[in-house]
Amino acid sequence: MLWVDLRFLSRNWLKTLATTLVAPVLYLLAFGYGLGRGVTVEGYSYLEFVIPGIIALTAMTTSFNAAGMKLHVDRLFYKCFDEALMAPVSSFALIFGKTLIGVVRGLLSTVALLVACFAFSPLPAVSGLFWLTLVVTCFAFSFLGVLVALIAKSHQDMSVFMSLVILPMSFLSGTFFSLNQVPAVLRVALSLSPLTHTSLCLRASALGQPFPWWSLAVLVGFGAAFFGLCFVALRRTSS
Amino acid sequence: MALPEVIVTKNLIKKYKDVCAVEDLNLQVNSGEVFGFLGPNGAGKTTTIRVLTTLAKPTAGSVWVAGYDVTREPEKVKKVISVVQQHLTLDLDLNVKENMELHARLHHIRGADRKQRINELIDYVGLTKQGGKMVTDLSGGMKKAAMIARALIHRPKVLFLDEPTVGLDVQMRRRIWELIRRLNSDGTTIFLTTHYIEEAEALCSSVGIVNEGRLIALGKPNELREKVGLMAVETLVDGKFAHYQYFPDRDAATMYAQSLPAEVKTIIIRDSNLEDVFVELTGKKVGDEER
Repeated sequence: MLWVDLRFLSRNWLKTLATTLVAPVLYLLAFGYGLGRGVTVEGYSYLEFVIPGIIALTAMTTSFNAAGMKLHVDRLFYKCFDEALMAPVSSFALIFGKTLIGVVRGLLSTVALLVACFAFSPLPAVSGLFWLTLVVTCFAFSFLGVLVALIAKSHQDMSVFMSLVILPMSFLSGTFFSLNQVPAVLRVALSLSPLTHTSLCLRASALGQPFPWWSLAVLVGFGAAFFGLCFVALRRTSS
Repeated sequence: MALPEVIVTKNLIKKYKDVCAVEDLNLQVNSGEVFGFLGPNGAGKTTTIRVLTTLAKPTAGSVWVAGYDVTREPEKVKKVISVVQQHLTLDLDLNVKENMELHARLHHIRGADRKQRINELIDYVGLTKQGGKMVTDLSGGMKKAAMIARALIHRPKVLFLDEPTVGLDVQMRRRIWELIRRLNSDGTTIFLTTHYIEEAEALCSSVGIVNEGRLIALGKPNELREKVGLMAVETLVDGKFAHYQYFPDRDAATMYAQSLPAEVKTIIIRDSNLEDVFVELTGKKVGDEER
């Protein structure tokens, strides 16, 4: 399953990479160098603070879009996903295969963003835990992308999910501000977002703070839940 | 030894919410046949194909393909069948050969065998020069031929063709018919749905006629024609009203024609066809939209 997505990526890599990086680089310039200049958060410059958040949201949106949008198009517009459904391939292989392109693209865009960050500012501390968090994040949001693509009945359904879930999540999950600044009730509500846990893990790892293992476990839990729900959604497509 | 019956359905029912798309379908297709599933749009033909090919689960009843139960052994069914759907199902982001390679990979055909098979089939369907072209650059008929080539990669025993020539020009339709005949003579059992009467008559060794989800006739084309009468007498009054009568032979048809009053200016005596069978059984034409 990954082979076909890699063929597409190899043919369109420049376009894909450029469109993926526009938003995070704009966030970096506008919030990191513009609004945030001279601001400190929790004892760090705002730029140092915000870079892990922007990396988190880049990993999320790229993984979700890469896994979800292609499957959505294959299923509802090209109708070629039916061919995969009629092939002697297990549900696990189908779901995992369609997920992998999200992981590949999520990691590639993150690396590209880190390179871009390096050009403007000191690189955050990129440790093993930083990469582990990113891999888990890319898997979790790729599974979510596959899940939504299997459920969506129209292009509008995908847009609605992007507008009502992904977009708010990308701004509110501790990506651009510290969760310590918000009221306790809102903090609890925001902890229901998987991206919040990505932000916490990446920031702790990048800034050399104690690593929040609990958040990593929650992130793994979200990924496992999305993966499990993909099987239910796949079974429903042939009901 | 090959099974004499490669497709068997017993009391198959498929419902979508309250709508019964297929109702109590009992069908039998023998090995080596070109079986035509004939009926108007919305009669349940595509739904039946979706059930037979594991894409949809039956609501009730039993379905076997190549000796395997489609509900209990879908993986085994998938290995011996292939489907060319009515709509385009090629990946538009890939070229023709890449589409075939994807299909071969999904069917676990490896390395040199995969490459050789792709090249053979591209030649077989007459797309030798188009192998490297993107799907979007092909004509409608070429896309259909590419879908057929892709479907043959894993050497299926049964090939399902859902309305294979819909939207194609006459020349391309003839080419696809030739291809279907060649495939069948090479040993592939063909199950095709169509609402083109002439297509069923040109290709099929036996047909099932379906209307509103129900099978209303099953047999060889000539057997079905015999049921209504092998000869048809068509009468037109003032060029507007057509009336049909059916007779077992030409003599009976001629006698009837001679007995008609002088006001009937136009009388046509011809062989009956599957359209006549359908109209007689349902009171409707095959091209009529049902639902």
